[in-house]
Amino acid sequence: MTDAAIDIRAGAFKPGTSDAEIEAAAAKAALHRRRTVMFWRVSILVAFLVLWEVAARMTWIDPFFYAMPSAIAQRLYEWTTEGTSEGPLWYHLYVTMEESVIGFVTGSVAGIIIGVALGRNRMAADIFSIYIKVINSIPRVVLAPIFIMILGLGLASKVALAFVMVFFVVFHNAFQGVREADRAMIANARILGASNWQLTRSVIVPSAMSWIFASLHVSFGFAIIGAIVGEFVGSRYGIGLLINIAKGSFDAAGMYAAIVIVMVVALGAEYLMTMVEDRLAKWRPQPLHETQ
Amino acid sequence: MIQEKTTPAIELINVSRRFLSPTGKSLTALRDFTMTVERGEFVAVVGPTGCGKSTTLNLVTGLASPSAGEVRVMGAPVKGIDPRIGFVFQSDALFPWRTVIENVMAGPLFRGKAKPEATAAAKDWLARVGLSRFEHHYPHQLSGGMRKRVALAQTFINGPEILLMDEPFSALDVQTRVLMHEELLRLWSQTKASVVFVTHDLEEAIALADKVYVLTAGPATVKSVYSIDLPRPRVVADIRYEQSFIDYSRTIWADLKEEVETSYARAAA
Repeated sequence: MTDAAIDIRAGAFKPGTSDAEIEAAAAKAALHRRRTVMFWRVSILVAFLVLWEVAARMTWIDPFFYAMPSAIAQRLYEWTTEGTSEGPLWYHLYVTMEESVIGFVTGSVAGIIIGVALGRNRMAADIFSIYIKVINSIPRVVLAPIFIMILGLGLASKVALAFVMVFFVVFHNAFQGVREADRAMIANARILGASNWQLTRSVIVPSAMSWIFASLHVSFGFAIIGAIVGEFVGSRYGIGLLINIAKGSFDAAGMYAAIVIVMVVALGAEYLMTMVEDRLAKWRPQPLHETQ
Repeated sequence: MIQEKTTPAIELINVSRRFLSPTGKSLTALRDFTMTVERGEFVAVVGPTGCGKSTTLNLVTGLASPSAGEVRVMGAPVKGIDPRIGFVFQSDALFPWRTVIENVMAGPLFRGKAKPEATAAAKDWLARVGLSRFEHHYPHQLSGGMRKRVALAQTFINGPEILLMDEPFSALDVQTRVLMHEELLRLWSQTKASVVFVTHDLEEAIALADKVYVLTAGPATVKSVYSIDLPRPRVVADIRYEQSFIDYSRTIWADLKEEVETSYARAAA
């Protein structure tokens, strides 16, 4: 795929073409390709939205259930300027984000620590693996009512749910990453004089880092799921509550508007995570050229 | 004091090493293996592939312990990892997330040296292997030969009295390998460490070593020992064309060939 942008076709240049000319032609081809990709991305989105809008207005689909882009945009505008029926949108968003972020941070820290600890200790891993397997087999969302019963309608129950959503994903990857650490590298560190703690800190954890990061990417999304499901089941604030209320009043536009907000937030978080990862992983070989 | 100076650097006395295979079978890697490495001596160990050459090194480091027999380092039995030992691996054992200088500093920092001291020592060793310009590069940005030089600096910075090398240059191309031989002999002549160099390349063994051990096809035991009386300093690139080198090669190869054939026949069966 990526090669297409810099492919210099045989026969495209006469003998005697200078390097500068070849490079200029390649740069032009790359630019052209980027523009084509962007054009199609935007076109498909616009086509989808227009089709939706037209289908709803012509009542090919029932706008009562499917809403339409213009109604969703209008609802988003109302929410941001006038606030929702349950108070300002920003406060709801803030509550959901607070729950997600706390659950994400605590869940991933716990996942990393326990994953690394069990990865380093075979005996403990053998003993606890069965319990982790058992608990992991529980679909996490069924815990929502239990957490709300125990921890109440506030922050704690949503954080707990986000935590369990995140913990197992991160735990598994940290554990696997530790197990996959290169044996020669470990032997090298030990002969160079590393103590057990130094070995864990400066060899095992960094080498498991790419595994751990892979899990962090998906697990922020999981933290949001945890928070929103918790809000569905019982809460006073949050995006989940907005969706629930929109559902109760058959306000399709409101439901889609809430989904759009969550989408934007999740994409933003993903972007931030990629930035942090790129900064931390500058030791890794870079691909020769970028697609985007 | 004088007594201590005269004990050999490494002694393996009637050592055996057995493994349990994943299916629960007992496999013997080494059998009645006896070898002595004097202080400052450069010993090469050659043998057919998979005969247990690397096992001998792991016994000396303390990463593995013998099933029978005794391993002594500097006159004392091996207990755990000895800080006087340095090890150069066959595979790339550098830490890829650390820059070149951070890799070289690793040993002194693990051993509790202060950071400025470790940095100064690392700079010195990088200069000695000719990589001063690459201090802040990451391993993936270097060629195979350069990475091996970083590995040498990383090992030599700890001032090892015993240097164990497990086919360290086998992944390099032939020209780079000869350059690395020169580099190794130069660094070794400055430190006078005792070296055990495991390889499957007989010419490499003869060009570098004072003594060549030929091992039998697994379970490995010592088949014969040859002293190599080629004058030092040696120029590795040229030495292979000298008559005495060719004579050594021919004699030892005749010996090694039988074992290689045995090993091959066994693998084919």
